[in-house]
Amino acid sequence: MIEFKLPSLGADMDEGTLLEWKVGAGDTVKKGQVVAVVDTAKAAVDVECWQEGTVAELVAEVGQKMPVGTVMATLLEAGEKVGDVATAMAPAPRRMISPAARKHAQEKGVDLDKVSGSGPHGAVTLEDVEKAAAAKAPAAPATAPDKSAEMRRVIAAAMARSKREIPHYYVAEDIPLAKALAWLQEENARRPMAERLLPAVLLLKAVATALKRYPELNGFFSDSGFVPAERINLGVAISLRQGGLIAPALLDAGSKPLTQLMQELTDLVQRTRAGSLRSSEMSEATITVTNLGDQGSQAVFGVIYPPQVALVGFGRVTERPWAENGDLKALPMVTASLAADHRVSDGHRGALFLRELDDLLQRPEDLDR
Amino acid sequence: MNAEEIRAVVLATLLSIAPEVEADELRGDRPLRSQVDLDSMDWLNFLLGLNKKLGVEIPEADYARLVTLDDVVAYLMKKLGIGP
Repeated sequence: MIEFKLPSLGADMDEGTLLEWKVGAGDTVKKGQVVAVVDTAKAAVDVECWQEGTVAELVAEVGQKMPVGTVMATLLEAGEKVGDVATAMAPAPRRMISPAARKHAQEKGVDLDKVSGSGPHGAVTLEDVEKAAAAKAPAAPATAPDKSAEMRRVIAAAMARSKREIPHYYVAEDIPLAKALAWLQEENARRPMAERLLPAVLLLKAVATALKRYPELNGFFSDSGFVPAERINLGVAISLRQGGLIAPALLDAGSKPLTQLMQELTDLVQRTRAGSLRSSEMSEATITVTNLGDQGSQAVFGVIYPPQVALVGFGRVTERPWAENGDLKALPMVTASLAADHRVSDGHRGALFLRELDDLLQRPEDLDR
Repeated sequence: MNAEEIRAVVLATLLSIAPEVEADELRGDRPLRSQVDLDSMDWLNFLLGLNKKLGVEIPEADYARLVTLDDVVAYLMKKLGIGP
């Protein structure tokens, strides 16, 4: 029997509300299939299931608010039947429930069978019951201002945690973009309008390529220390027109040619603003890239999104004076910055990463691979 | 098509990207992107929308000429061979 639980879709998510089931009892579920739509403080998200099986029971009800980790559905594994499960599960091992949790559940009318335990060996704790009781309470009808305030609350919580736990350091570098923009202009002149590339895509690809040599900037920090990520999934900070910010992942950005990356970025921005992101895009970013150049900022020094360990920022591309070999000239420039976690890397490596980024952007044709 | 009809197409395209915009409050002689907070992706989609609706190809080299709403309308009219 497989328990399908509400996944965490980021450091700023601790609960979600089931909006819709995309499957029913008896349906076969394939790996990666969207099985439910869950509303978080930031967006409605298509939640994927990463295990294969047949839906035995939909435990969560539409409209139910639940903490991360709550069992939403049960699935039968291949070859398993409902009867087998019943046999295998009887006699069921006695669940460990703390006396305080049991008493509180009685007082609040919480069904302990529907509460997943977060204590040792899955024991149900008082905190689990409190969360379940809070989720059971009827929610006030959502209004636009409430949603906005809720999003601000979760962003604040994640950023406060970041500033509290992560010893940030910052480095920045001015990068000439004359070669990159000339290459882009020539490339775009050959392309139909719908296939043109934005400078942002070149910057994203350069970041992903540079990260291959600096794996200590790409991964997660947990209780057991730093764990480098296997793939380079760039979390792209996308502002919402109604306010707020989401940073879904551009998956495996280091291995994709520019045309594909541009198509995927376009699709990601459209779906982010339309509210149809997938759970993997919300939870698998290994580093964040933010670009405030369109808003006119010369540079941005970001706050790392935990448990990630680095954030790359780009400011506005502008013509600035640049001295080279004794000559002074005006060149299009961008200020690239890196905010990184001192528990994992130091400023020396951070500076080398930015230099690598600079080198790559002087050879733009090599990035289209 | 006349200038007014082209302006209506431009505004409709803009509203499809930035639905919160109050078209009546837009100044035709002020930079469009800063009035509407269009990022590079929005701007590309805006131009693509105009391309689809009017069949006008807009080379990247011409982007610098499209600063205000009035600029965009005048540019499209010229491309479509309308007006003086």
